[in-house]
Amino acid sequence: MIRSKKKTKSLPAVSTASLPDIVFILLFFFMTVTVMKDTNLLVENTLPNAKEAAELKDRDGIIELRIGKPLKKYESKVGMEPQIQLEGKFIRVDELQGYVLDMLNQMPEHNRRKATVSLKVDKKVGMGIVSDVKTKLRAINLLKINYATLNGEGQSNL
Amino acid sequence: MPIHNQVPEVNAGSMADIAFLLLIFFLVTTTLETDEGLQRLLPPQENVPEIEVHERNVFRVQLNDKDQLLVEGEVLELDDLKQKAKAFLDNGGTSKGNPGHCVYCKGNRAADLSDNPDKAIIYLEHTRITSYGAYVAVQNELVAAYNELRNRESLLAYGENYAAMETRFYDEKTTLVEKEVLKKKIKQIRTLFPQKILEPNANTTAL
Repeated sequence: MIRSKKKTKSLPAVSTASLPDIVFILLFFFMTVTVMKDTNLLVENTLPNAKEAAELKDRDGIIELRIGKPLKKYESKVGMEPQIQLEGKFIRVDELQGYVLDMLNQMPEHNRRKATVSLKVDKKVGMGIVSDVKTKLRAINLLKINYATLNGEGQSNL
Repeated sequence: MPIHNQVPEVNAGSMADIAFLLLIFFLVTTTLETDEGLQRLLPPQENVPEIEVHERNVFRVQLNDKDQLLVEGEVLELDDLKQKAKAFLDNGGTSKGNPGHCVYCKGNRAADLSDNPDKAIIYLEHTRITSYGAYVAVQNELVAAYNELRNRESLLAYGENYAAMETRFYDEKTTLVEKEVLKKKIKQIRTLFPQKILEPNANTTAL
């Protein structure tokens, strides 16, 4: 009898007092491991996968170039062909050297020597534009490049 | 009287909601760092003197418009590329006693593959329409071939993975003395299997 009585008793409410703490810990975790988005994407940018990728050691001295097909809303302006995006704008291949040299000039002296160009290229883009960019970079003696990839099987790129 | 002295308790029930809002804000406005990739060194533009290379020392990899792979004149699947590249690099065709004999090579010593790893050149061709994804996939396989061979030699010589040595070298906690030692070891392994990937389209060679 006593037992059955106990069962009918309502369960005590789960204390949610520590919920804010848990959420705060999550919050701090995300604040520390992420970086603020500095630019909006103007181009499609699905990076290819690679297993052997190495982490870029220094975050200083990195010039990011994104290459991909322009997003739908920019198609009327720049067309359908793959475009280069540097910081928040589209640039043409022949303007590339000027812009990159400008960015190099703005860098502190000690970063210039280790300047790396990180190519974030959409995996569907043809190699033509990538080759053009590489040729341009060679001409201004910026030889360190990095093909940005995500961790994964290379097979999935095909 | 005692009621007047008591400070009313602040209701903390909405604290979780506030924290959740903040959390969602940070999730939306930030990105996880994706700064990893295949690092490459382009050759300087000054015209490098032409060198004559024996055909057996060249490993031709070609990617066509449809992202199909042709290796040494044969159609190949991407999965088999690494094995083939390793066999080529590790061949060590120069026979014993001759200059350039590769002591550490464990390959078949075939007559149509490379003389020694130092002479072996991988020649990667692609068209303008080849997709970047396919190109990276191939680069990845080639780097994997080099890395596996380097790992093998590194384990034999120093009992440590090549990749592990590299990570340790770039680690901030490693002392300068250790770094000196590591640098020498890494350099040694790199000279055993130097990465020579040639791209006619942009002439990329590597580390």
